Amino acid sequence: MIENYHFAIRDLTQFYDGNKVLDIPDLVIKKGLIYGVIGPNGSGKTTLLSILSLLARPSSGRVYFDGLEINGQGNNESALRRQMAMVLQNPFLFNMTVEKNVAYGLKIRGWSKKEQKNKVRECLDLVGLTGFEKRKAHELSGGEAQRVAIARGIAVNPKVLFLDEPTVNIDETHIEILEKVIEELNRRDKTTIIFTTHDLDQAYRLAHGVIILSGGRLKKVLSSDSFRDSV
Amino acid sequence: MEYIFAGIWKAFGLIFSLDREVFDITWLSLKVSAMATILASLTGIPAGFIIGTEDFIGKRVLITLFNTLMAFPTVVVGLLLYSLISRQGPLGPLGLLFTPWAMLIGQFILATPIIVALTISATQGIDPRVRPTSLSMGANSFQTAGTMLSEARFALISAVIAGFGRVITEVGCALMVGGNIRGYTRTMTTAIALETAKGEFSFALALGFILLMVAFLVNIFFHWLQGRR
Repeated sequence: MIENYHFAIRDLTQFYDGNKVLDIPDLVIKKGLIYGVIGPNGSGKTTLLSILSLLARPSSGRVYFDGLEINGQGNNESALRRQMAMVLQNPFLFNMTVEKNVAYGLKIRGWSKKEQKNKVRECLDLVGLTGFEKRKAHELSGGEAQRVAIARGIAVNPKVLFLDEPTVNIDETHIEILEKVIEELNRRDKTTIIFTTHDLDQAYRLAHGVIILSGGRLKKVLSSDSFRDSV
Repeated sequence: MEYIFAGIWKAFGLIFSLDREVFDITWLSLKVSAMATILASLTGIPAGFIIGTEDFIGKRVLITLFNTLMAFPTVVVGLLLYSLISRQGPLGPLGLLFTPWAMLIGQFILATPIIVALTISATQGIDPRVRPTSLSMGANSFQTAGTMLSEARFALISAVIAGFGRVITEVGCALMVGGNIRGYTRTMTTAIALETAKGEFSFALALGFILLMVAFLVNIFFHWLQGRR
Protein backbone atom coordinates (compact mmCIF):
# COMPACT_ATOMS: atom_id res chain seq x y z
CA MET A 1 0.00 0.00 0.00
CA ILE A 2 2.77 2.44 1.00
CA GLU A 3 4.32 2.26 -2.47
CA ASN A 4 1.30 4.18 -3.81
CA TYR A 5 2.09 7.13 -1.57
CA HIS A 6 4.58 9.92 -2.15
CA PHE A 7 3.96 11.66 1.15
CA ALA A 8 2.60 10.48 4.47
CA ILE A 9 2.15 12.97 7.30
CA ARG A 10 1.71 12.00 10.94
CA ASP A 11 0.84 14.45 13.77
CA LEU A 12 2.38 17.42 11.99
CA THR A 13 2.36 20.79 13.74
CA GLN A 14 4.10 24.02 12.87
CA PHE A 15 4.47 27.01 15.16
CA TYR A 16 5.55 30.57 14.24
CA ASP A 17 6.20 33.00 17.09
CA GLY A 18 4.34 30.72 19.51
CA ASN A 19 1.24 30.47 17.30
CA LYS A 20 0.17 27.16 15.83
CA VAL A 21 -0.10 27.76 12.10
CA LEU A 22 -0.51 24.17 10.94
CA ASP A 23 -1.99 21.07 12.53
CA ILE A 24 -2.36 17.97 10.39
CA PRO A 25 -2.85 14.70 12.32
CA ASP A 26 -2.87 12.44 9.28
CA LEU A 27 -2.57 12.97 5.52
CA VAL A 28 -1.36 10.96 2.57
CA ILE A 29 -0.52 12.18 -0.92
CA LYS A 30 -0.78 9.49 -3.55
CA LYS A 31 1.60 9.17 -6.47
CA GLY A 32 0.69 10.45 -9.90
CA LEU A 33 -2.28 12.57 -8.87
CA ILE A 34 -3.02 16.29 -8.90
CA TYR A 35 -3.94 17.81 -5.53
CA GLY A 36 -5.44 21.21 -4.96
CA VAL A 37 -4.90 22.78 -1.54
CA ILE A 38 -7.61 25.32 -0.82
CA GLY A 39 -8.36 27.59 2.09
CA PRO A 40 -8.50 31.27 2.99
CA ASN A 41 -5.40 33.44 3.58
CA GLY A 42 -3.47 32.26 6.64
CA SER A 43 -4.95 28.76 6.49
CA GLY A 44 -1.50 27.17 6.22
CA LYS A 45 -1.40 26.32 2.50
CA THR A 46 2.06 27.78 1.83
CA THR A 47 3.39 26.38 5.12
CA LEU A 48 2.26 22.89 4.12
CA LEU A 49 3.97 23.19 0.74
CA SER A 50 7.16 24.54 2.35
CA ILE A 51 7.32 21.55 4.72
CA LEU A 52 6.63 18.99 2.00
CA SER A 53 9.27 20.55 -0.28
CA LEU A 54 11.82 20.57 2.58
CA LEU A 55 12.08 24.35 2.66
CA ALA A 56 10.81 24.44 6.25
CA ARG A 57 11.20 22.02 9.14
CA PRO A 58 8.07 21.09 11.06
CA SER A 59 7.91 21.93 14.78
CA SER A 60 6.78 18.38 15.50
CA GLY A 61 5.47 15.29 13.75
CA ARG A 62 6.75 13.15 10.94
CA VAL A 63 6.71 13.50 7.19
CA TYR A 64 7.64 10.60 4.94
CA PHE A 65 8.59 10.90 1.27
CA ASP A 66 8.61 7.64 -0.68
CA GLY A 67 8.79 5.80 2.63
CA LEU A 68 11.79 7.80 3.91
CA GLU A 69 11.37 10.15 6.83
CA ILE A 70 12.36 13.61 5.62
CA ASN A 71 14.26 15.86 8.01
CA GLY A 72 15.47 12.59 9.53
CA GLN A 73 19.06 12.04 10.63
CA GLY A 74 21.53 11.34 7.86
CA ASN A 75 19.22 12.27 4.97
CA ASN A 76 20.71 14.15 2.09
CA GLU A 77 18.19 16.98 1.87
CA SER A 78 19.40 18.35 -1.45
CA ALA A 79 19.21 14.85 -3.00
CA LEU A 80 15.59 14.59 -1.80
CA ARG A 81 14.82 18.11 -3.04
CA ARG A 82 16.17 17.20 -6.47
CA GLN A 83 13.21 14.87 -6.87
CA MET A 84 10.86 17.82 -6.42
CA ALA A 85 10.45 21.36 -7.67
CA MET A 86 8.67 24.25 -6.06
CA VAL A 87 7.35 27.39 -7.72
CA LEU A 88 6.88 30.07 -5.08
CA GLN A 89 3.79 32.26 -4.95
CA ASN A 90 5.80 35.39 -5.72
CA PRO A 91 8.54 33.70 -7.73
CA PHE A 92 12.05 35.06 -7.89
CA LEU A 93 13.94 35.08 -11.15
CA PHE A 94 17.71 35.28 -10.95
CA ASN A 95 19.33 38.38 -12.44
CA MET A 96 20.24 36.63 -15.70
CA THR A 97 18.58 35.67 -18.97
CA VAL A 98 15.36 33.65 -19.20
CA GLU A 99 17.38 30.76 -20.66
CA LYS A 100 19.77 30.66 -17.70
CA ASN A 101 16.86 30.86 -15.26
CA VAL A 102 15.05 27.91 -16.80
CA ALA A 103 18.32 25.95 -17.08
CA TYR A 104 19.25 26.62 -13.41
CA GLY A 105 18.02 23.27 -12.03
CA LEU A 106 19.41 21.41 -15.05
CA LYS A 107 22.87 22.88 -14.56
CA ILE A 108 22.79 21.83 -10.90
CA ARG A 109 21.89 18.32 -12.01
CA GLY A 110 24.88 18.24 -14.40
CA TRP A 111 23.02 18.30 -17.74
CA SER A 112 25.16 19.13 -20.78
CA LYS A 113 24.79 22.57 -22.42
CA LYS A 114 23.09 21.04 -25.46
CA GLU A 115 20.60 19.08 -23.32
CA GLN A 116 19.92 22.24 -21.30
CA LYS A 117 19.26 24.29 -24.43
CA ASN A 118 16.82 21.76 -25.87
CA LYS A 119 14.97 21.34 -22.58
CA VAL A 120 14.74 25.10 -22.05
CA ARG A 121 13.23 25.55 -25.51
CA GLU A 122 10.73 22.73 -24.90
CA CYS A 123 9.63 24.17 -21.53
CA LEU A 124 9.34 27.75 -22.81
CA ASP A 125 7.19 26.46 -25.70
CA LEU A 126 4.98 24.65 -23.17
CA VAL A 127 4.27 27.80 -21.16
CA GLY A 128 3.75 29.98 -24.25
CA LEU A 129 7.06 31.86 -24.11
CA THR A 130 8.68 30.66 -27.33
CA GLY A 131 11.71 32.76 -28.28
CA PHE A 132 12.15 34.34 -24.84
CA GLU A 133 15.53 32.66 -24.19
CA LYS A 134 17.73 35.75 -24.50
CA ARG A 135 15.38 38.17 -22.73
CA LYS A 136 16.62 39.54 -19.39
CA ALA A 137 14.51 38.13 -16.54
CA HIS A 138 14.07 41.52 -14.91
CA GLU A 139 12.51 42.99 -18.05
CA LEU A 140 9.55 40.58 -17.99
CA SER A 141 6.01 41.37 -16.87
CA GLY A 142 4.64 39.71 -13.71
CA GLY A 143 2.73 37.11 -15.69
CA GLU A 144 5.70 36.29 -17.94
CA ALA A 145 7.96 35.97 -14.88
CA GLN A 146 5.47 33.57 -13.30
CA ARG A 147 5.46 31.44 -16.43
CA VAL A 148 9.27 31.41 -16.59
CA ALA A 149 9.31 30.22 -12.97
CA ILE A 150 6.87 27.43 -13.87
CA ALA A 151 9.03 26.49 -16.88
CA ARG A 152 12.05 26.36 -14.52
CA GLY A 153 10.12 24.02 -12.21
CA ILE A 154 8.93 21.61 -14.89
CA ALA A 155 12.31 21.58 -16.68
CA VAL A 156 13.86 19.29 -14.06
CA ASN A 157 11.24 16.56 -14.62
CA PRO A 158 10.34 16.43 -10.92
CA LYS A 159 8.51 13.50 -9.34
CA VAL A 160 6.53 16.09 -7.40
CA LEU A 161 5.81 19.64 -8.54
CA PHE A 162 4.62 22.17 -5.97
CA LEU A 163 2.89 25.26 -7.30
CA ASP A 164 1.98 27.97 -4.81
CA GLU A 165 -0.86 30.03 -6.31
CA PRO A 166 0.50 29.38 -9.83
CA THR A 167 -1.99 31.48 -11.76
CA VAL A 168 -2.31 34.46 -9.43
CA ASN A 169 -0.49 36.94 -11.72
CA ILE A 170 -1.50 35.40 -15.02
CA ASP A 171 -4.16 36.57 -17.48
CA GLU A 172 -7.05 34.28 -18.41
CA THR A 173 -5.69 33.12 -21.77
CA HIS A 174 -2.48 31.94 -20.17
CA ILE A 175 -4.29 30.41 -17.18
CA GLU A 176 -5.91 28.05 -19.67
CA ILE A 177 -2.51 27.24 -21.22
CA LEU A 178 -0.97 26.56 -17.80
CA GLU A 179 -3.82 24.37 -16.68
CA LYS A 180 -3.30 22.31 -19.85
CA VAL A 181 0.43 22.12 -19.05
CA ILE A 182 -0.36 20.83 -15.54
CA GLU A 183 -2.73 18.20 -16.92
CA GLU A 184 -0.27 17.20 -19.65
CA LEU A 185 2.63 16.82 -17.19
CA ASN A 186 0.51 14.67 -14.94
CA ARG A 187 -0.82 12.56 -17.79
CA ARG A 188 2.44 12.18 -19.75
CA ASP A 189 5.06 11.95 -16.99
CA LYS A 190 2.83 10.87 -14.08
CA THR A 191 4.14 13.88 -12.16
CA THR A 192 2.42 14.39 -8.83
CA ILE A 193 1.31 18.02 -8.70
CA ILE A 194 0.27 19.84 -5.56
CA PHE A 195 -0.96 23.39 -6.03
CA THR A 196 -2.55 25.93 -3.75
CA THR A 197 -5.35 28.13 -4.94
CA HIS A 198 -8.15 30.39 -3.82
CA ASP A 199 -10.04 29.47 -6.95
CA LEU A 200 -12.50 26.66 -6.21
CA ASP A 201 -13.31 26.31 -9.91
CA GLN A 202 -9.64 25.73 -10.67
CA ALA A 203 -9.40 23.06 -7.99
CA TYR A 204 -12.57 21.53 -9.40
CA ARG A 205 -11.20 21.56 -12.95
CA LEU A 206 -7.72 20.23 -12.26
CA ALA A 207 -7.44 18.23 -9.07
CA HIS A 208 -7.99 14.55 -8.42
CA GLY A 209 -7.97 15.32 -4.72
CA VAL A 210 -8.68 18.47 -2.74
CA ILE A 211 -7.11 19.26 0.63
CA ILE A 212 -9.15 21.81 2.55
CA LEU A 213 -7.37 23.82 5.24
CA SER A 214 -8.84 26.38 7.60
CA GLY A 215 -7.01 28.23 10.37
CA GLY A 216 -4.06 25.87 9.97
CA ARG A 217 -6.20 22.79 10.53
CA LEU A 218 -6.89 20.06 8.05
CA LYS A 219 -10.64 20.14 7.52
CA LYS A 220 -11.17 17.55 4.83
CA VAL A 221 -9.53 15.66 2.02
CA LEU A 222 -11.95 15.05 -0.79
CA SER A 223 -11.71 13.18 -4.04
CA SER A 224 -12.61 15.31 -7.03
CA ASP A 225 -16.00 13.61 -7.33
CA SER A 226 -17.01 14.19 -3.74
CA PHE A 227 -15.56 17.72 -3.97
CA ARG A 228 -17.76 18.40 -7.00
CA ASP A 229 -20.78 17.11 -5.07
CA SER A 230 -19.96 19.30 -2.07
CA VAL A 231 -19.40 22.40 -4.27
CA MET B 1 52.45 78.41 -11.53
CA GLU B 2 55.12 77.97 -14.17
CA TYR B 3 56.93 75.23 -12.31
CA ILE B 4 53.69 73.23 -12.11
CA PHE B 5 53.23 73.32 -15.92
CA ALA B 6 56.90 72.51 -16.39
CA GLY B 7 56.43 69.61 -14.01
CA ILE B 8 53.37 68.34 -15.91
CA TRP B 9 55.29 68.55 -19.21
CA LYS B 10 58.23 66.64 -17.77
CA ALA B 11 55.88 64.11 -16.28
CA PHE B 12 54.47 63.26 -19.72
CA GLY B 13 58.02 62.90 -20.98
CA LEU B 14 58.84 60.39 -18.23
CA ILE B 15 55.66 58.41 -18.89
CA PHE B 16 55.96 58.24 -22.67
CA SER B 17 59.72 57.59 -22.68
CA LEU B 18 58.95 54.53 -20.50
CA ASP B 19 61.42 55.65 -17.82
CA ARG B 20 62.84 52.53 -16.17
CA GLU B 21 62.48 53.76 -12.60
CA VAL B 22 58.90 54.95 -13.13
CA PHE B 23 58.06 51.59 -14.71
CA ASP B 24 59.62 49.58 -11.81
CA ILE B 25 57.84 51.65 -9.17
CA THR B 26 54.49 51.34 -10.96
CA TRP B 27 54.90 47.60 -11.49
CA LEU B 28 55.76 46.97 -7.80
CA SER B 29 52.80 49.06 -6.62
CA LEU B 30 50.40 47.22 -8.90
CA LYS B 31 51.82 43.80 -8.01
CA VAL B 32 51.67 44.28 -4.23
CA SER B 33 48.26 45.99 -4.23
CA ALA B 34 46.68 43.47 -6.63
CA MET B 35 47.97 40.51 -4.60
CA ALA B 36 46.81 42.07 -1.33
CA THR B 37 43.35 42.75 -2.84
CA ILE B 38 43.05 39.21 -4.23
CA LEU B 39 44.01 37.67 -0.86
CA ALA B 40 41.69 40.05 1.01
CA SER B 41 38.84 39.15 -1.39
CA LEU B 42 39.45 35.41 -1.01
CA THR B 43 39.13 35.69 2.77
CA GLY B 44 36.91 38.77 3.10
CA ILE B 45 34.09 37.78 0.75
CA PRO B 46 33.41 34.35 2.38
CA ALA B 47 33.76 35.90 5.87
CA GLY B 48 31.41 38.77 4.98
CA PHE B 49 28.95 36.33 3.41
CA ILE B 50 28.82 34.15 6.54
CA ILE B 51 28.49 37.15 8.85
CA GLY B 52 25.85 38.71 6.61
CA THR B 53 23.67 35.65 6.12
CA GLU B 54 23.99 33.58 9.31
CA ASP B 55 22.54 34.37 12.72
CA PHE B 56 24.85 33.99 15.73
CA ILE B 57 25.63 35.62 19.05
CA GLY B 58 27.89 38.65 18.68
CA LYS B 59 26.95 39.30 15.03
CA ARG B 60 26.14 42.97 15.61
CA VAL B 61 29.37 43.51 17.54
CA LEU B 62 31.34 41.91 14.70
CA ILE B 63 29.61 44.10 12.07
CA THR B 64 30.36 47.23 14.14
CA LEU B 65 33.97 46.09 14.51
CA PHE B 66 34.47 45.66 10.77
CA ASN B 67 32.74 48.97 10.03
CA THR B 68 35.14 50.63 12.48
CA LEU B 69 38.16 48.87 10.99
CA MET B 70 37.30 50.33 7.58
CA ALA B 71 38.70 53.58 8.93
CA PHE B 72 41.80 51.93 10.46
CA PRO B 73 44.57 54.57 9.99
CA THR B 74 47.26 53.24 7.68
CA VAL B 75 50.07 54.45 9.94
CA VAL B 76 48.55 52.57 12.90
CA VAL B 77 48.47 49.38 10.82
CA GLY B 78 52.07 50.14 9.84
CA LEU B 79 53.03 50.70 13.48
CA LEU B 80 51.39 47.48 14.70
CA LEU B 81 52.87 45.45 11.88
CA TYR B 82 56.28 47.06 12.43
CA SER B 83 56.19 46.05 16.11
CA LEU B 84 55.43 42.46 15.09
CA ILE B 85 58.01 42.03 12.32
CA SER B 86 60.84 44.23 13.57
CA ARG B 87 63.98 42.50 14.82
CA GLN B 88 62.77 42.45 18.45
CA GLY B 89 59.18 41.54 17.49
CA PRO B 90 57.70 38.02 17.73
CA LEU B 91 57.92 37.59 13.92
CA GLY B 92 61.35 39.25 13.68
CA PRO B 93 63.22 36.03 12.76
CA LEU B 94 61.21 35.79 9.52
CA GLY B 95 63.11 38.81 8.19
CA LEU B 96 60.02 40.45 6.69
CA LEU B 97 60.74 44.07 7.63
CA PHE B 98 61.51 46.36 4.67
CA THR B 99 60.46 43.76 2.09
CA PRO B 100 57.56 43.74 -0.40
CA TRP B 101 56.08 40.89 1.69
CA ALA B 102 55.69 43.22 4.68
CA MET B 103 53.91 45.73 2.45
CA LEU B 104 51.68 42.95 1.14
CA ILE B 105 50.71 41.90 4.69
CA GLY B 106 50.04 45.51 5.67
CA GLN B 107 47.85 46.12 2.62
CA PHE B 108 46.02 42.83 3.19
CA ILE B 109 45.20 44.02 6.74
CA LEU B 110 43.97 47.34 5.34
CA ALA B 111 41.83 45.89 2.52
CA THR B 112 40.21 43.01 4.39
CA PRO B 113 37.89 44.98 6.73
CA ILE B 114 36.65 47.06 3.80
CA ILE B 115 35.86 43.99 1.72
CA VAL B 116 34.28 42.18 4.71
CA ALA B 117 32.12 45.17 5.72
CA LEU B 118 30.94 45.87 2.16
CA THR B 119 30.26 42.15 1.56
CA ILE B 120 28.13 42.04 4.72
CA SER B 121 26.18 44.99 3.42
CA ALA B 122 25.90 43.41 -0.06
CA THR B 123 24.64 40.06 1.24
CA GLN B 124 22.14 41.66 3.58
CA GLY B 125 20.64 43.36 0.53
CA ILE B 126 20.07 40.07 -1.35
CA ASP B 127 16.40 39.33 -2.06
CA PRO B 128 15.19 36.89 0.64
CA ARG B 129 13.63 34.68 -2.05
CA VAL B 130 17.01 33.77 -3.59
CA ARG B 131 17.85 31.10 -0.99
CA PRO B 132 14.48 29.24 -1.04
CA THR B 133 14.35 29.47 -4.84
CA SER B 134 17.82 27.99 -5.16
CA LEU B 135 17.17 25.26 -2.56
CA SER B 136 13.81 24.37 -4.09
CA MET B 137 15.55 23.73 -7.41
CA GLY B 138 17.77 21.15 -5.72
CA ALA B 139 20.89 23.23 -5.05
CA ASN B 140 23.08 22.17 -2.12
CA SER B 141 24.37 24.73 0.40
CA PHE B 142 27.51 25.58 -1.62
CA GLN B 143 25.55 26.02 -4.85
CA THR B 144 23.01 28.17 -2.99
CA ALA B 145 25.81 30.32 -1.53
CA GLY B 146 27.28 30.68 -5.04
CA THR B 147 23.90 31.76 -6.40
CA MET B 148 23.45 34.29 -3.60
CA LEU B 149 26.92 35.74 -4.25
CA SER B 150 26.17 35.87 -7.96
CA GLU B 151 22.99 37.86 -7.24
CA ALA B 152 25.09 40.32 -5.19
CA ARG B 153 27.90 40.44 -7.77
CA PHE B 154 27.62 44.15 -8.60
CA ALA B 155 27.93 45.16 -4.95
CA LEU B 156 30.76 42.63 -4.46
CA ILE B 157 32.71 44.08 -7.38
CA SER B 158 32.30 47.50 -5.77
CA ALA B 159 33.67 46.04 -2.51
CA VAL B 160 36.76 44.74 -4.33
CA ILE B 161 37.25 48.11 -6.10
CA ALA B 162 37.01 49.90 -2.74
CA GLY B 163 39.59 47.51 -1.23
CA PHE B 164 41.98 47.99 -4.15
CA GLY B 165 41.47 51.77 -4.03
CA ARG B 166 42.37 51.79 -0.35
CA VAL B 167 45.67 49.91 -0.78
CA ILE B 168 46.96 51.35 -4.06
CA THR B 169 46.68 54.87 -2.63
CA GLU B 170 47.92 54.27 0.92
CA VAL B 171 51.34 55.58 1.91
CA GLY B 172 51.68 55.29 5.70
CA CYS B 173 51.93 51.51 6.07
CA ALA B 174 54.04 50.98 2.91
CA LEU B 175 56.50 53.61 4.12
CA MET B 176 56.80 52.19 7.65
CA VAL B 177 57.14 48.47 6.88
CA GLY B 178 58.54 48.75 3.34
CA GLY B 179 61.12 51.42 4.07
CA ASN B 180 60.84 53.10 0.62
CA ILE B 181 64.02 51.37 -0.62
CA ARG B 182 64.84 52.40 -4.20
CA GLY B 183 64.38 49.56 -6.65
CA TYR B 184 63.06 47.21 -3.97
CA THR B 185 60.15 48.56 -1.89
CA ARG B 186 59.53 51.97 -3.42
CA THR B 187 55.90 52.30 -4.51
CA MET B 188 54.11 55.10 -6.33
CA THR B 189 52.79 56.71 -3.15
CA THR B 190 56.01 56.47 -1.15
CA ALA B 191 57.99 57.79 -4.14
CA ILE B 192 55.56 60.72 -4.56
CA ALA B 193 56.01 61.64 -0.88
CA LEU B 194 59.81 61.39 -1.15
CA GLU B 195 60.21 63.21 -4.47
CA THR B 196 57.92 66.04 -3.34
CA ALA B 197 59.99 66.44 -0.19
CA LYS B 198 63.13 66.58 -2.38
CA GLY B 199 61.52 69.22 -4.65
CA GLU B 200 61.41 66.84 -7.64
CA PHE B 201 57.91 67.82 -8.70
CA SER B 202 58.04 66.44 -12.23
CA PHE B 203 58.86 62.90 -11.07
CA ALA B 204 56.22 63.11 -8.33
CA LEU B 205 53.66 64.46 -10.81
CA ALA B 206 54.43 61.70 -13.32
CA LEU B 207 53.76 59.10 -10.64
CA GLY B 208 50.64 60.97 -9.58
CA PHE B 209 49.29 60.83 -13.14
CA ILE B 210 50.08 57.14 -13.41
CA LEU B 211 48.33 56.49 -10.11
CA LEU B 212 45.24 58.28 -11.41
CA MET B 213 45.39 56.39 -14.71
CA VAL B 214 45.73 53.05 -12.91
CA ALA B 215 42.67 53.87 -10.77
CA PHE B 216 40.80 54.92 -13.90
CA LEU B 217 41.74 51.77 -15.88
CA VAL B 218 40.91 49.47 -12.95
CA ASN B 219 37.50 51.10 -12.67
CA ILE B 220 36.90 50.80 -16.42
CA PHE B 221 37.79 47.09 -16.20
CA PHE B 222 35.41 46.46 -13.28
CA HIS B 223 32.70 48.54 -14.93
CA TRP B 224 33.04 46.36 -18.04
CA LEU B 225 32.87 43.26 -15.81
CA GLN B 226 29.66 44.51 -14.17
CA GLY B 227 28.03 45.16 -17.52
CA ARG B 228 28.90 41.78 -19.00
CA ARG B 229 25.89 39.86 -17.63
